[in-house]
Amino acid sequence: MSRDALLDGGLAALSAALASRRISSVELTAAYLGRIERENPRLNAFITVDPDRSLAQARAADERIARGEGGVLTGIPVAHKDIFCTRGWPTTCGSRMLANFVSPYDAHVIERFDAAGCVILGKTNMDEFAMGSSSETSFFGPVRNPWDTGRVPGGSSGGSAAAVAAGLAPAATGTDTGGSIRQPAALCGVSGLKPTYGVVSRYGMIAFASSLDQGGPMARLAADCAWLLNAMAGHDARDSTSLDRPPEDYARDLDKPLAGLRVGLPREFFAEGLDGDVARAVEAALGEIRRLGASTVEVSLPNMALSVPAYYVIAPAEASSNLSRFDGVRYGYRAPHYADLAELYGKSRAQGFGAEVRRRILIGTYVLSHGYYDAYYLQAQRIRRLIAADFAAALANCDVLMGPTSPTTAFALGDRAGDPVQMYLSDIYTIAVNLAGLPAMSIPCGLGANGCPVGLHIIGDYFGEARILNVAHRYQQATDWHTRLPGGAQ
Amino acid sequence: MPLTREQVARIADLARIEILPAEAETLQGELNRIFTLIERMRAVDASAFVPMAHALDVSQPLREDAPAEPDRRAEFLALAPETEAGLYLVPRVIE
Repeated sequence: MSRDALLDGGLAALSAALASRRISSVELTAAYLGRIERENPRLNAFITVDPDRSLAQARAADERIARGEGGVLTGIPVAHKDIFCTRGWPTTCGSRMLANFVSPYDAHVIERFDAAGCVILGKTNMDEFAMGSSSETSFFGPVRNPWDTGRVPGGSSGGSAAAVAAGLAPAATGTDTGGSIRQPAALCGVSGLKPTYGVVSRYGMIAFASSLDQGGPMARLAADCAWLLNAMAGHDARDSTSLDRPPEDYARDLDKPLAGLRVGLPREFFAEGLDGDVARAVEAALGEIRRLGASTVEVSLPNMALSVPAYYVIAPAEASSNLSRFDGVRYGYRAPHYADLAELYGKSRAQGFGAEVRRRILIGTYVLSHGYYDAYYLQAQRIRRLIAADFAAALANCDVLMGPTSPTTAFALGDRAGDPVQMYLSDIYTIAVNLAGLPAMSIPCGLGANGCPVGLHIIGDYFGEARILNVAHRYQQATDWHTRLPGGAQ
Repeated sequence: MPLTREQVARIADLARIEILPAEAETLQGELNRIFTLIERMRAVDASAFVPMAHALDVSQPLREDAPAEPDRRAEFLALAPETEAGLYLVPRVIE
């Protein structure tokens, strides 16, 4: 296997090469850092790389492997979305507000990867405070899609998706509040999983909408996501919503045959607004799933259309509360000129936050303000229950639901940046899943008319991650979309 | 419904975000387009449904009331824009 084939071949191959000492973590890390140095000026997928720090971690991993104490992920470099607090590293959340912030502590997810012996390859670019679907709202400039640099990678975890798609990292972390792992995974042609709410600790993951935010893995293969989730998941008392459940091996069912699998196809996912090329790729994928022994049945999520409006009450409301901590006093950006404390707050927040973040804080402030709370926030939470009930009914007779992850393939940079509502509709298929708190995944299933990837959305029942990963893995064993690389290489 | 210029100014004040006169009108238009989207949700009678705050309706667990965090005051203060004598500095609020 050539060096490039190894670097693009998935975690099992890398893990075996490291364990057998055919390659060292230092060599591996240096190889990815070399690719980042070459490609990042074009893609802007990374905000921060720190080769000395990464290589020091790689040396420690090599020593651990030499002592015979390595696990399956020891020595594997992982890129982290710049929303995860990483001790000693700049942690910016894509914002001017945190451009100078060096985290004094590690997120739980970072601690878990550290314990597994992984190397931090760098911090990836993202929509500011994870608010966006194109990775264009970053203070550090837009991320570009490796399949077509005139197009967006999706968002908000667009830097992580682009890094994996371009082979700059074998694995990455993302976070998903309304589709921010799955939509960029779809638009960049990689695999990405949003776990059940509460499976991955939010400690040290900079908060956007606390009742929806969930961290998860992004990688080339579904099997890689299973390994990564094994490292990420687990109870953490510092996040009061982290679930205390017995540990699971998310890779345990990867090879299970799909015979007898019942797949629900929500008709609302195939209705008006879905591009023809995306529909065709998803239909072809469903044909393949049926060939693997699954049966498909039409189901309905009658209140789907309410999910985007309800989300744009709940998420901004929670964001306006979470982002009130950025006051220009204790850390982060402070405006250079102000006459009094009110101006210090007002100017620091006006200058420190970008336009989309400011808009969402204002929406959230309004819907939570006196006299409007019941009409907006409580109503949105009732709709949320309605949507969760729709999913429960649909999943009562199915193992998983499937559809497109995004109604379109990657759109052109700047195309939707001037129209917030148009941008919000990019997440029309993903948002309802967050409202319900269900696990879901996107995997590559074809190419659209513009040559850019199409994602297949697989939604499971609560704690159905192993089943979703099983379906995704069997599909990937029967197809080769996940092996396609930008630029036509394979 | 549409938000008036005065309401936008009031919300911005509550949110402690300064709005420049030059951006007020654009912002008002953007917020009103977003609220047009949100209004679709308000027409639905969902009164029979209990508001859902957590996906799995789990209750918030209590931690034992024991000190867990070490004292890292100097490290945290070092992140602040301005400090003096171990305190965060802001403009004088009481004359």
